[in-house]
Amino acid sequence: MSRLQTRFAELKEQNRAALVTFVTAGDPGYDASLAILKGLPKAGADVIELGMPFTDPMADGPSIQLANIRALAAKQDLVKTLRMVREFRQDDQSTPLVLMGYFNPIHKYGVPRFIADAKEAGVDGLIVVDLPPEHNVDLCEPAQAAGLDFIRLTTPTTDDKRLPKVLNGSSGFVYYVSVAGVTGANAATLEHVEQAVARLRRHTELPVCIGFGIRTPEHAASVARLADGVVVGSALVDRIAKAETPGQAVEDVLGLCRELAEGVRAAR
Amino acid sequence: MTSYRTGPDATGLFGQFGGQYVAETLMPLIHDLAAEYEKAKTDPAFLEELAYFQRDYVGRPSPLYFAERLTEHCGGAKIYLKREELNHTGAHKINNCIGQILLARRMGKQRIIAETGAGMHGVATATVAARFGLQCVIYMGTTDIDRQQANVFRMKLLGAEVIPVTAGTGTLKDAMNEALRDWVTNVETTFYLIGTVAGPHPYPAMVRDFQAVIGKETREQLMEKEGRLPDSLVACIGGGSNAMGLFHPFLDDASVKIVGVEAAGHGIETGKHAASLNGGVPGVLHGNRTFLLQDEDGQIIDAHSISAGLDYPGIGPEHAWLHDIGRVEYTSITDHEALAAFHQCCRLEGIIPALESSHALAEAFKRAPTLPKDHLMVINLSGRGDKDMQTVMHHMQEQKESVV
Repeated sequence: MSRLQTRFAELKEQNRAALVTFVTAGDPGYDASLAILKGLPKAGADVIELGMPFTDPMADGPSIQLANIRALAAKQDLVKTLRMVREFRQDDQSTPLVLMGYFNPIHKYGVPRFIADAKEAGVDGLIVVDLPPEHNVDLCEPAQAAGLDFIRLTTPTTDDKRLPKVLNGSSGFVYYVSVAGVTGANAATLEHVEQAVARLRRHTELPVCIGFGIRTPEHAASVARLADGVVVGSALVDRIAKAETPGQAVEDVLGLCRELAEGVRAAR
Repeated sequence: MTSYRTGPDATGLFGQFGGQYVAETLMPLIHDLAAEYEKAKTDPAFLEELAYFQRDYVGRPSPLYFAERLTEHCGGAKIYLKREELNHTGAHKINNCIGQILLARRMGKQRIIAETGAGMHGVATATVAARFGLQCVIYMGTTDIDRQQANVFRMKLLGAEVIPVTAGTGTLKDAMNEALRDWVTNVETTFYLIGTVAGPHPYPAMVRDFQAVIGKETREQLMEKEGRLPDSLVACIGGGSNAMGLFHPFLDDASVKIVGVEAAGHGIETGKHAASLNGGVPGVLHGNRTFLLQDEDGQIIDAHSISAGLDYPGIGPEHAWLHDIGRVEYTSITDHEALAAFHQCCRLEGIIPALESSHALAEAFKRAPTLPKDHLMVINLSGRGDKDMQTVMHHMQEQKESVV
């Protein structure tokens, strides 16, 4: 079983949802970012999404745009992001780690080389925002052939006709983008989330994680009652933006992660 | 004979370029748009309406003008100018805007968004939105807003809301990112009116088709005047819509030499340029695979050009393909060369060209003297230069000071 399968099976046994956290690699700098990454599992993150910085994050709102800018200013690149994953894996063999970002840096790195290096570093899955199933051959198929999960985004605009196409080739989990919009946008209503999860469950056995606009432990808890996982990104990244020192950034991100984890764990 | 005019394939690819690299939220809409456009382009009612607006609103056909004094000055090829700058709103941009707004109306969209660099596409979009009574939001980088004040004012007069984009260097690429973010947020109500032959399929093909009226007219007009096809075509390229519009109807005419001119800015060797084909490598941005200015890590590098309309780190995927297979030759012209050509055109023909179009003029002026007098060359004068007065004034001032 893959790390993602194992983790979601464990959580099902415990009857609780996963807390999925997103931070951008290299934000606010390599060392602090690595410290955040290493601290997240202990602070209650069940699955880690690590952003690969890109100059043109077209599907991201202001918080994650700024995170990308900070990381790039600190000279983060894909080589360093993979090194960060390797360092993380030295003392954590169980927490699933998914790289998330845009296709161009991977394309430039070279797809076969990227897949080999990501696998070797201990990456479990990929989320690539601008690779819809129409472009499965570009990365999804070779990545899955090498044993990396390819996690698809589904959205309110993905109708029943299109859903099978999107889910076909998805593995690991399904990421439901609960609002049409960019990251950090307003949250969807719980009614919408409930209906969306029910609709997805009719089409897939994969765990369903809900993201976009979830910022507080209370909110995370209410979504955790409905889905298999709760994704929080912008709210964590905002803590880095507000911190005055890298040390404080580490502390504040992990602090919020602990609060969110409590919310998720107390939900059911 | 293999045709160069059949692309893209059903998946939106021209060879290995193009495609639909966008977020899932947009995919259903992009498929709808492609289907709607497929229907529209063979619907006589749509084509008739398009022809009506092209004629009575845009002012088509635009003249094909024999530039006698430029021809004399160069002392070689016979130079014709395709006068797209005489269109309503002063550039070729309106050809595409009319087509897309009619499509938006067919699809029942109430809100139009667009990105703009020099402001010409923004003005053309605001114009058609006003004409059809639709809400209009234009994204424009703050750097471009500073250098194109008059166009910002025009857009506002036409009832558009102009949203300044501060991200990145505040130029066209950043405006396009922000427009995509708006679209993903308002996908049900909003039509994204892309201004060039880039973005996800069907935009590159659709915008090309709406602009191909330039080449079709040129063909007929030159046949009428000279009784034959041109020997060469020259057009400037940012995203590449005016060039694609002129080139496409001639791609299968092997005797026609076709030249696209990128912006070399301070010079390609300086790294401060906008020449994606001559100074970039393939990558994926804004919905398509094409040549991009990027660093070793695949991060997009900001383009530089004196002309805001060419200031973009990518290029339409069909151009990338034509470059790859060698059907079109792509060269580049620096800021300086473009300015010199700008002045020559003003003085010799009494036509103030856009700085974008001045790149095509500069390339033509290099080639024309080496060619025989019976060589027929058509330059696409894609826009007028009124919007560039500030930039040119500023540059002349700088030159004066550097001489002192």
